[in-house]
Amino acid sequence: MSSSVAPDQLAPPPARVPERPAGRNGRRRGRRRGGGHAAAVPRSLAGDAWRDLRRNPLFLISAAIIVVLVAMAAVPGLFTDADPRACDLANSRLPPSGSAWFGYDLQGCDMYARTIHGARASILVGVLTTLGIAVVGSVVGMVAGYHGGRVDALLSRLTDMFFAVPMLLGAIIVLATFPSRVDTPAWQTIGKVVLALGVLGWTTVARLMRSTVIQVKQADYVQAARGLGAGTRRILLRHVLPNALAPVVVYSTIILGVFVVLEATLSFLGIGLQAPVISWGIAISEARSYIRQSPHMLLFPGAFLSVTVLAFIMLGDAVRDAFDPRLR
Amino acid sequence: MGRYVVQRLGQMVPVVIGTTFLIYALVWALPGDPFAAKCGDRPCPQAYVDRMTAEYNLDDPLPLAYLQYMGNLVTGDFGQTFSGASVAGELLQRYPITLQLTVLAIVVEVVIGIAAGVLAGIRRGGFLDNLVLVSTLVVVSIPVFVLGLLAQTFFGVRLGWFPVTSDGTLYSLVLPAIVLGSLSLAFVARLVRANLVENLRTDYVRTAIAKGLTRQRVIGVHALRNSLIPVVTFVGADFGGLLGGAVVVEGIFNIPGVGNMIFRGINAHEGATVTAAVTVLVLVFLIVNLLVDLLYAVIDPRIRHV
Amino acid sequence: MPVSPRRSVVLGTVAIALALGACGGGDDGGEAAGEGDNVVTVRGCNPQSAFVPANSNEVCSGDILDQVFSFLIRYDAETGEPTNEIAADITTPDNGLTWTITLEDGWTFHDGSPVTAQSFVDAWNWAAYGDNATLNSYFFEPIQGYAEVQNQVDADGNPIEGTAQAETMSGLEVVDDLTFNVTLTQAESQFPMRLGYTAFAPLPESFYEDPEAFGQHPIGTGPFQFESWEPNIDVRLTAYPDYNGDVKPSIDGAIYRIYENDDAAYNDLQADQLDIMPLLPTSALAGDTYRIDLGDRFISRETGVFETITFAPASVDERFADPRIRQAISMAINREEIVEQIFSGARTPATGWVSPVVVNGYVEGACGEFCTYDPGAAQDLYAQTDGIDGPFPLSYNADSDHKAWVEAVCNQIDATLPVDCVPTPFVDLATFRNEITNRELTGMFRTGWQMDYPSLENFLVPIFATGASANDGDYSNAEFDQLVEEAARTEGEAGAELYRQAEALLRNDMPAIPLWHRVNIAGYSSHVENVQLTVFQTVDLLSVTTTG
Repeated sequence: MSSSVAPDQLAPPPARVPERPAGRNGRRRGRRRGGGHAAAVPRSLAGDAWRDLRRNPLFLISAAIIVVLVAMAAVPGLFTDADPRACDLANSRLPPSGSAWFGYDLQGCDMYARTIHGARASILVGVLTTLGIAVVGSVVGMVAGYHGGRVDALLSRLTDMFFAVPMLLGAIIVLATFPSRVDTPAWQTIGKVVLALGVLGWTTVARLMRSTVIQVKQADYVQAARGLGAGTRRILLRHVLPNALAPVVVYSTIILGVFVVLEATLSFLGIGLQAPVISWGIAISEARSYIRQSPHMLLFPGAFLSVTVLAFIMLGDAVRDAFDPRLR
Repeated sequence: MGRYVVQRLGQMVPVVIGTTFLIYALVWALPGDPFAAKCGDRPCPQAYVDRMTAEYNLDDPLPLAYLQYMGNLVTGDFGQTFSGASVAGELLQRYPITLQLTVLAIVVEVVIGIAAGVLAGIRRGGFLDNLVLVSTLVVVSIPVFVLGLLAQTFFGVRLGWFPVTSDGTLYSLVLPAIVLGSLSLAFVARLVRANLVENLRTDYVRTAIAKGLTRQRVIGVHALRNSLIPVVTFVGADFGGLLGGAVVVEGIFNIPGVGNMIFRGINAHEGATVTAAVTVLVLVFLIVNLLVDLLYAVIDPRIRHV
Repeated sequence: MPVSPRRSVVLGTVAIALALGACGGGDDGGEAAGEGDNVVTVRGCNPQSAFVPANSNEVCSGDILDQVFSFLIRYDAETGEPTNEIAADITTPDNGLTWTITLEDGWTFHDGSPVTAQSFVDAWNWAAYGDNATLNSYFFEPIQGYAEVQNQVDADGNPIEGTAQAETMSGLEVVDDLTFNVTLTQAESQFPMRLGYTAFAPLPESFYEDPEAFGQHPIGTGPFQFESWEPNIDVRLTAYPDYNGDVKPSIDGAIYRIYENDDAAYNDLQADQLDIMPLLPTSALAGDTYRIDLGDRFISRETGVFETITFAPASVDERFADPRIRQAISMAINREEIVEQIFSGARTPATGWVSPVVVNGYVEGACGEFCTYDPGAAQDLYAQTDGIDGPFPLSYNADSDHKAWVEAVCNQIDATLPVDCVPTPFVDLATFRNEITNRELTGMFRTGWQMDYPSLENFLVPIFATGASANDGDYSNAEFDQLVEEAARTEGEAGAELYRQAEALLRNDMPAIPLWHRVNIAGYSSHVENVQLTVFQTVDLLSVTTTG
């Protein structure tokens, strides 16, 4: 019940309650029941958040974009019936035209089909890696920052050591330990790339989380909760995390795009995703030598990447606002 | 506080030892024989491979090779690259240049990033806010090699404002630093914005406004100051990242920096090169992190280091 | 006021770091030195080994050694024909078993000491001697006594130090100051062809006192002397005033400026801050962009670099045992299209297994219709075979620029034949070669050959003779072996004819698919003229002039 210590707002949430029949929100009901004290507590943080989110245009737009992207990743056939692997070298690097909206890439493949089909691998790599580092980094950072002392010293120095390992070195080791062969299924390759990027990528999240936790744990409401005898776990999850999440969300939403591009670097080095897997990153890195001659090779996959990052940045913004107890 | 600093300095010893071992072991574990490819597409004479393997202790078991390496390191011998150049010499050549480049890039990202973040955060959803968002997207989705090449072609070759490649002067590092700092700049701007937006809603800001303080003072002294902790943390982490991770920018502007040394060392499986370069990096990074932690207390007086 | 101390801390840190950097940073402005005066800057790269001829086998150090050293013969920059340089005469009384080499008088090393027969014999003995374990020792294998200076090997095939029977090769004999004899283990009519290669350089006395110091500052006999090497920055050469060659350089010196990145060098070239770039990057070649950027300031030159696809030995992957399958795959590859679209013309489609840069005895078209794109014929031929089961890899090393053409080749093969060719990268050449050497790769893999010297022999024997060092597909044909052996003993056109007969056998067996030969396209600034490339892709600094 973090709202108990947050100041009342000018537009108090209770005023909004009557506008919305409770029955429409299945998820909120479920959560209340799960909470077991629905009668005593009129609102939960998550319930409030969800209600806020549904009215936030930022959230609605970003959610719509993400739904489209997910559909693209899941069923690319909905968007194009062109075969992304039917390539004719004679079409190499032809600019956009009526027959190929996005033009052709170096191998003479249809860029539109390849961009649509590339969504799956790119979004999987970006989202899974980001989720992974956000969770691992947040846990490490929160524990280190909250406990301080020896625990902090141990975890922070461990973070330092992981930070020191060059990304390339770590990725080569991970990907060389589990080499891909001709018949390795695509999901395995994607999993390995996620692991290679994630295993060293969580350190900055850990640091960011630790820094805000150090600041937040001094706050009155945390001290108050502790004084009231709340358990560590409860304090961390209920009071510290919601107030310390902002920097991690900001970082994660941007780094998602960086991971998609980094995946390309790995592919470029021959250790990341490989044909026949299609990804935006591979397309972007292939465009590298032809920026002057064929900018469309960079433009289209780059634009899709931008829109994806935009959607996640907006989503992150909206979610953070919704969960911010200070807004209650 | 003094005790805290001493403690932290003490912790550096195990971290440095742990890191050197970790790096050395990882380079060791790289697949492939580093000397087998020295003859291009034909096999190398076995005698040559054996001589080089023995010369660089690669035929000893890992712990022994590591101990030998550390033993040499303690006596100031950083070893040699496979082409016979001294690793210490390379470090001395490359670190100063990399340090200049990194500091310039950090200055760029901090100054522009904080300014952009404040402008965006003050009026959320306004024109400047959206401009910062769009710039962020552009920077994230244009790979750094494209940005670097474009900047080099336009400002270096066409306009001639900057040297095309590094000539050893500080001025020739300005353009690469801007390119290098651009991605981090996006992070800083958005971190500042997010925290500022949150802090502008807090009690103490309301109190300050209620007290009749000017908006400038409220934002500058109260809200911004309390928003800086994640920013300082990010910049500290970024410092280390930029020191060793500027491979692409170093390549485009032909800067003989540490990132490239590490990259080539990994490709060539040169344990001595990679370990030495990374170890210095870790030392710098540990000190920067200590400074960052001390800065927390300056920024937020409630934080005390025990 | 907490603001000011904090700010001063930050600013102080910045100032300290910048000051620290300034102390150690590049102090002597290396740039201006090359401009304006009679010195040219050439794109260089970081040498992979020290500057010792016997240990240099890559372009970064090789380019520079070739300017610093003169050899018994020099390959003509234009034709690749060998002409005598330090040698006054190279003769054989017995069809190539023994050779008498006489030197021209008047050659000196850059330290002033004279070049004698001993300078050669000692250098070759040093390079071949087992304990010195040099990279290029195999070049001396044809000389009698080579086996005796090698160390014995243990059960694992590793040489044991100090077990060589002799320290010098019995086939080398100094007659007088300017004459020495070479005896080979078997007759080889084209032996003099080899003598212009870096490994055969003469060495001064001072080398043996401290080979390591020499490796940092080599002393040669060539048109340019080594002035300085600043790692990662540049290598500086100055013209040697007492150079004894027929053509003296007209420039006063050269600076090999080290670049890690092609695009960086190319942008410097455009801005006239770099004079010569021997190999333009893909980004400049695509769409002939370099012609727009440089006008007519470029030259192109066919080189002895040859790319092939080799099949895994039948013992590893029996799916390719039938030569008709290999021929069908070869006919499914449209070389012209790939050369145009992927390489922007920087390759010549191959019509055989020998490079066109070989002047003596090269005849086009040894591969015939099998190297001509013909999807119909490929399908017909493939239909006669049992076919290939399952997907097969076309492996390559990802640390060089191979990805694009490998994917294009696989796309074409898949489009023509009912097979599944999968482009399969390996992280680096070391890993890739390791798998090839251990015969672990199945399917097909890329192979490249860079000639040591322009001769038919060098494109056939080391690659396709039974058990040869670069015979990665374990090709073995007794007839082929016999023909090349006979050819080695036969001089002139008759010998060339025998080599061509051997090459014709490859057409039927197709042990490796010929793809293309590399064409180097070099660019230069407005500061220089008369830029020429040698057949070895290096810049001919003897012909370069500056415009003032």
